[in-house]
Amino acid sequence: MQKKPLVQVKNLTKTFHLGKGMSLKAADQVSFEIYEGETLGLVGESGCGKSTTGRTIIGLYQPTSGEVIFDGLNVHQASGQERSKLTRNMQMIFQDPYASLNPRMNISEIISEGMALNGLYKGKERAERVIELLEMVGLQKEHAHRFPHEFSGGQRQRIGIARALAVNPRFIIADEPISALDVSVQAQVVNLMKNLQREQKLTYLFIAHDLAMVKHISDRIGVMYLGNLVEMTESEQLYEKPLHPYTQALLSAIPVPDPDLEKSRERMIIEGDVPSPIDPPSGCVFRTRCPVAKEVCAQQKPAWQEVEKNHFVACHIYQ
Amino acid sequence: MEKLLEVDGLQVAFKTHGGPIQAVRGVSFTLHKGETIAIVGESGCGKSVTAKSIMRLIPEHIGKIVGGKMLFQGKDLAQLPEKEMREMRGSQISMIFQDAMTSLNPTISIGEQIMEGIIRHQKVPRSEAKRQATEILQLVGIANPESRLKQYLHQFSGGMRQRIMIAIALVCKPAILIADEPTTALDVTIQAQIIELFQTIQRKTGVSIIMITHDLGVVAKIADRVNVMYAGKVVESGPVREIFYNPQHPYTKGLLSSMPRLDADRNIPLSPIPGTPPDLFAPPAGCAFAARCEYALEVCRAHQPEETQLGSKHVVSCWLQDPRAKKLTTAQQSPTGT
Repeated sequence: MQKKPLVQVKNLTKTFHLGKGMSLKAADQVSFEIYEGETLGLVGESGCGKSTTGRTIIGLYQPTSGEVIFDGLNVHQASGQERSKLTRNMQMIFQDPYASLNPRMNISEIISEGMALNGLYKGKERAERVIELLEMVGLQKEHAHRFPHEFSGGQRQRIGIARALAVNPRFIIADEPISALDVSVQAQVVNLMKNLQREQKLTYLFIAHDLAMVKHISDRIGVMYLGNLVEMTESEQLYEKPLHPYTQALLSAIPVPDPDLEKSRERMIIEGDVPSPIDPPSGCVFRTRCPVAKEVCAQQKPAWQEVEKNHFVACHIYQ
Repeated sequence: MEKLLEVDGLQVAFKTHGGPIQAVRGVSFTLHKGETIAIVGESGCGKSVTAKSIMRLIPEHIGKIVGGKMLFQGKDLAQLPEKEMREMRGSQISMIFQDAMTSLNPTISIGEQIMEGIIRHQKVPRSEAKRQATEILQLVGIANPESRLKQYLHQFSGGMRQRIMIAIALVCKPAILIADEPTTALDVTIQAQIIELFQTIQRKTGVSIIMITHDLGVVAKIADRVNVMYAGKVVESGPVREIFYNPQHPYTKGLLSSMPRLDADRNIPLSPIPGTPPDLFAPPAGCAFAARCEYALEVCRAHQPEETQLGSKHVVSCWLQDPRAKKLTTAQQSPTGT
């Protein structure tokens, strides 16, 4: 794989102000790169900041500090022509296939809205493009004039994918695209996304909490905890040699569909709950639940460093 | 093992604007003392309706048990008058739900909610109820139980709320605990804690558990026996090892192969089950899975398959088990559908 970064996320911080002087740092100094043609998975439990990171990258949120560079363009400062180039090239697929499609628009209107806004494909060509897209995602041309309520969850997610592909993007952010779907349908959508990536040379940021699915689809995986990126490496490496105690706990907590293995497995169960992101622990945010926390963990935030080739981790054990 | 609950041919129908809908179409299973059985299946397969029917929690004007028996302690729960059923709920059979925030009352302290069942069923003074409530909170792993009894639901985290719901369900020492997707709304690290808690509680109290879930990982971890449901019927049932290592129904096989595994090679594509479950307003005449089944025969579309007994406790409803059907090799890789 060529190692050309398509997206560069540099020290991205997003703070939400909650009133009464309270604030919530949803993403704290997050830095990583996404290479052309790869799938980068972002995992973590609810409230870890993975969706905020994705939404800030695509420009749905203005960052509090830090920047996102897409193919040489600063996402949050671009305007005019640069802006429209960015919107054409970066698209998003959402979690809820019910809420993310307008119930009053038919499928053809939903899919062609992006083309209309970007002035792509005129008249008859546009109608043909809609049919081409529907077939690309495994639906039929008869579906173009139906409305979202006539489709199942899996089919709606396919419509969401067709809408994202309509403007020929290079980069797609998929925010929990399969968590609302049934197991047997999840695999249909994931296989579709993988095939489309090959055919269309797409780059994905795949955000999800299901580590098994993320490992299946991603080339590299980043693990987030309480607004911080704690580890990032190739997916096989992350599974075989997790370095951060949180990643280790997360992998160990996932039950495997294999009864014998489950009975013999030594499980590392971390105590307690995720602390409030409004008042996160000092130093390393994971230290309150970490089985190997030392004194220094409360005093200093661990640095983000490359411990092995392409294996980044933020933990005091490795410093 | 002693039989505790026998569900035999349960049928449940709902009245809707679109006409009657058969959500459960003849479900049978047995729960033994001290064991955990899992009911698995995808949304709409009737697993939650089955669970709610055992507790008789489906309001009569919405849905009705239209057939079958549910034998517990020599009584048929399907026929039991509401007054007797009320004595049963909480004291003999308890249920916990997916979302504690909507299942418990946010305006009443959790102590009151735990004591409500104790006072109702055991007719003991408040001081004794309070002692039992403190004890049960300790059992489910809540620190400082005495001061926490006075608190309200919003003062607890998601995992703690689930522990409180388990405490309420267990405080009157029921024989059966029904858990409907109890860990689905939780993060994995918290899910691991709660599953561990179920196992500890079962060891300490001997309660029998019916676990309703769609997560096969959870099933592998906790269940002794498994019932796989599809479109309102149990299509395959058996000991957990049989279901995972020797699945016979194409739907069970499909479910297992459509899930990615952490230890699998990610270059091998997943094998999804094509299509979607059938419309239960007009259930198909034959096997409900036939339309999605790659092995479907002509007979599958026309006639319902009978149950076939494989080994001592492994039962499957599939025409492929008929001696006249072509034999499949179990190692056969199913081709990739879309």
